[in-house]
Amino acid sequence: MLNMDNNKDALSPVIEVSQVNKWYGQFHVLRDINLKVMRGEKIVICGPSGSGKSTLIRCINALEEHQEGQIIVDGTELNRDLKNIEKIRRDVGMVFQSFNLFPHLTVLENCTLAPVWVRKESRAEAEKTAMQFLERVQIPDQANKYPGQLSGGQQQRVAIARSLCMNPEVMLFDEPTSALDPEMIKEVLDVMTELAHEGMTMICVTHEMGFARTVADRMIFMDDGQIIEEASPETFFSNPASERTQQFLGQILSH
Amino acid sequence: MLLRLWRDPAWRAVFFQVLLIALVFLGGAWIVNNTLTNLESRGISTGFDFLSQTAGFGINQTLIEYDESFSFMHTFVVGLLNTLLVSSLGVLFATVLGFLMGVARLSSNWLLAKIAAVYIEIFRNIPLLLQIFFWYFAVLGVLPSPRQSISLFDSVFLNVRGVFFPAPVLDSGGMVAFWAFLAAVVIVGVIVLLNRRQRKNTGRPLPWIKTISLAVLLGLPTLSFWLTNGSLHWDFPALKGFNFRGGVGLLPELVALWFALTIYTAAFIAEVVRSGIESVSKGQKEAAAALGLRPGRVMNLVVIPQAMRVIIPPLTNQYLNLIKNSSLATAIGYPDLVNVFAGTTLNQTGQAIEVIAMTMAVYLTISLTVSLLMNMYNRWVALVER
Amino acid sequence: MQREMIEARKPPVLSVGFIGWCREKLFATPTNSLVTVAILYGLFSLIPSFIQWAFVDATWAGASSSECSSEGACWAFISSRLDQFIYGFYPQELSWRVDLFFIQLAAVLAWLMIPVLPGKKYSLAYGLIVMPVTSWIILAGGLLGLEPVDTHDWGGLMVTLVLAMYGMLASLPIGVLLALGRRSEMPVVKTFCTVYIELWRGVPLITVLFMASVMLPLFVPEEIVFDKLVRAMIGIVMFQSAYMAEVVRGGLQAIPKGQQEASDSLGMGYWQSMCLVVLPQAIRLVIPGIVNTFIALFKDTSLVLVIGLFDLLSIVQAGLNDPAWLGTSTEGYLFVGFVFWIFCFGMSRYSQSLENNRQEH
Repeated sequence: MLNMDNNKDALSPVIEVSQVNKWYGQFHVLRDINLKVMRGEKIVICGPSGSGKSTLIRCINALEEHQEGQIIVDGTELNRDLKNIEKIRRDVGMVFQSFNLFPHLTVLENCTLAPVWVRKESRAEAEKTAMQFLERVQIPDQANKYPGQLSGGQQQRVAIARSLCMNPEVMLFDEPTSALDPEMIKEVLDVMTELAHEGMTMICVTHEMGFARTVADRMIFMDDGQIIEEASPETFFSNPASERTQQFLGQILSH
Repeated sequence: MLLRLWRDPAWRAVFFQVLLIALVFLGGAWIVNNTLTNLESRGISTGFDFLSQTAGFGINQTLIEYDESFSFMHTFVVGLLNTLLVSSLGVLFATVLGFLMGVARLSSNWLLAKIAAVYIEIFRNIPLLLQIFFWYFAVLGVLPSPRQSISLFDSVFLNVRGVFFPAPVLDSGGMVAFWAFLAAVVIVGVIVLLNRRQRKNTGRPLPWIKTISLAVLLGLPTLSFWLTNGSLHWDFPALKGFNFRGGVGLLPELVALWFALTIYTAAFIAEVVRSGIESVSKGQKEAAAALGLRPGRVMNLVVIPQAMRVIIPPLTNQYLNLIKNSSLATAIGYPDLVNVFAGTTLNQTGQAIEVIAMTMAVYLTISLTVSLLMNMYNRWVALVER
Repeated sequence: MQREMIEARKPPVLSVGFIGWCREKLFATPTNSLVTVAILYGLFSLIPSFIQWAFVDATWAGASSSECSSEGACWAFISSRLDQFIYGFYPQELSWRVDLFFIQLAAVLAWLMIPVLPGKKYSLAYGLIVMPVTSWIILAGGLLGLEPVDTHDWGGLMVTLVLAMYGMLASLPIGVLLALGRRSEMPVVKTFCTVYIELWRGVPLITVLFMASVMLPLFVPEEIVFDKLVRAMIGIVMFQSAYMAEVVRGGLQAIPKGQQEASDSLGMGYWQSMCLVVLPQAIRLVIPGIVNTFIALFKDTSLVLVIGLFDLLSIVQAGLNDPAWLGTSTEGYLFVGFVFWIFCFGMSRYSQSLENNRQEH
């Protein structure tokens, strides 16, 4: 067991992924993945589609099951034990490509659902916190609207606020801007950048290289279900080691 | 000139419509004329006077006071109430069973999902009438006689004459408790309305709303019952002569019809529920799970409320089908509206047209009212979208 | 830093194949395992005893239920009366005519349903127009030197199939007309069709059958006598065509307005554009709904029992009242249920396969 004091130490890993392997049927999607994320660290994962990057972060909060290896989040090992899964999901927030707001609930209810039912907060308390976070993502005036009445960018910001309401240790972003129109991408990235500056531990799967350059502490390039390259943003963009990374960057930066 | 009119679509439309009206009118007149001649030659009277005549036959299950000396109008009401009784029992249990089976059909447990699938495929592909017969003749019909009843704790008895339960009997204070309950319902209604307004104005519900409502609903009748020194005892069924007396007895006809309607309709409801749940995207479940909600909560708080939008319209249809199907009661002699009124009463009076028109009007009214109410509900739960 | 490439490996044995399947689908969580074990226990205690009763200990032939073993099923009831259950009271020496009717029906259905057979247009025309006439001639006789057989003598499975066949063949075109009428721009036509549809959809079939059997004779001059079977058919068709109309209307609504406008611009009249452009698309779209209505109709034919016709269920029910066959009701109902189930399940599978085919294209 890890010591709790050590655990909160800024230098200790909050996520430890070691030798993780995953198969879909016979298809080997994640191959010997090893990854340590320190508290407060911002990691950007990129790679071509089908490279397993989404699968990796979905494994971290048990939306997908891994068959081999170990994932430890904040001192809790991820296994079939429902208690552990629940604890990890409380500690890890996730933002999806397609927002996945609950259309039958108002924006405010979206944000208070989990605090009330999972953290057993009183509704008033939960609503107070929710309003704070909605203010931080700059849409407090939409609190009583339904998701269907908001633009894509607004919806994604609500989704971020919804995750933050659970006061997570780590935030996972699964291509948060891919489903958005160009003019809305910036408003979401601004929120994410601000969050990064506040010291949140973040793992982002994204193709927004500008965002990666300004925010990331570490870049990871994945292909064929494995981590091909891991480097600081400076080295990654200016002097990538592998040929595949160069190819990928060439394609993505040429637009 | 005429040819030009014929080529003008507007005139043509008018012509067709006038033709249709004329045809309907002529056909109607022909039918009325024939009917009147036929009725006269057979010596059958017309009009609704028969409703006040004495019925002269007994009915073996009556929810209101009734005996042979009551009028045909009373047979109508007795039959209608019996129809409503078996329909509500059926709707209630078919909903529960249907939802269970629909959810089981989508279970991650392969065996459970297959069992639900087999249930659905078997029962919705066999005529309801056959299922009613099966329960009535093959299952309930071979139960032991009252003397050899199957009993449960000596208080519930099962035999060929039906099922007998103990019944709570209010010796006094019953009426007070009843009125107190009605008052409680009204109070809760007001609370709910106030809450909705409060929520609309401030975005926040009144505090403790559910607890207060529940307390009022349960507390008020109990309190008034207790304050007026009400007392209650259980009336146990007991064998007297050839049958059981006391308690509550359910006719085997009622039980058979209820089972068959429940099991048949639940198979359809299960399919409705399944497609409703499948209509909620996987992302919704994932998002809810990622927030740390347990699987049961994900279902109750996120999936079911959204699935309900898809489920409600076809579910309404199934309820209406169940109510209409309850008319098959007549095949095993359960005294529902069709059996008592369109059966016995029709035979005694011979006034087929009035009797069948009244019967049809009842079902039509129920159908139209329920679809109206469900449409309103549907509009209420519809999501706000841009 | 550059890394070694990792080759794809085979998944661990426990996660694929039969073991992996069991782990994932049967024993994923403790609750799941419990459910699996409970169901398996239930199946193992029920299925063997059912097989024992239905097959091992069963009596397959005999003249009365007293000849059946008390342990097993008494299929002798079915086997000794099978002819009656299929042909009713149709004269035995003429039962080949019923067989001919069955064969014709099966042949037309096979021709329509098996995709590789050519000439679908002709089979459809034959089924819709010729078959009803030839079937009636074959069964009722009185023409072409065939001995007349009164419909009173019809019964059993053949009545079920006759009611179902004529019901389906008539309710589809009437339903299409009603659906077109309900979408018509002529207010009178629209009102008439709407009222008709909602009226029949709002009442139970049993009251419609009562009406057809009790009131129809009052509506026409006394000289015209409707056959009981025909009255039941009229009732079923009036009722089911209303449901059919709603199904077809659903299809019509799904066809974009542009289709109608395009055919208008090509100079087609209303009926031309409907029959050549809109309806073919609309009907293809709602084939599953149509088949579901057919299934409902098929099951509903059993209701003619209440007006005293002898369909399959009704004739078995009558057989159960025979003192020689007391206590065989379970066997009787299982048999009828099985026959109905085969037809209805077959139809529903057929419509599902059509739908799957469509989704693939």
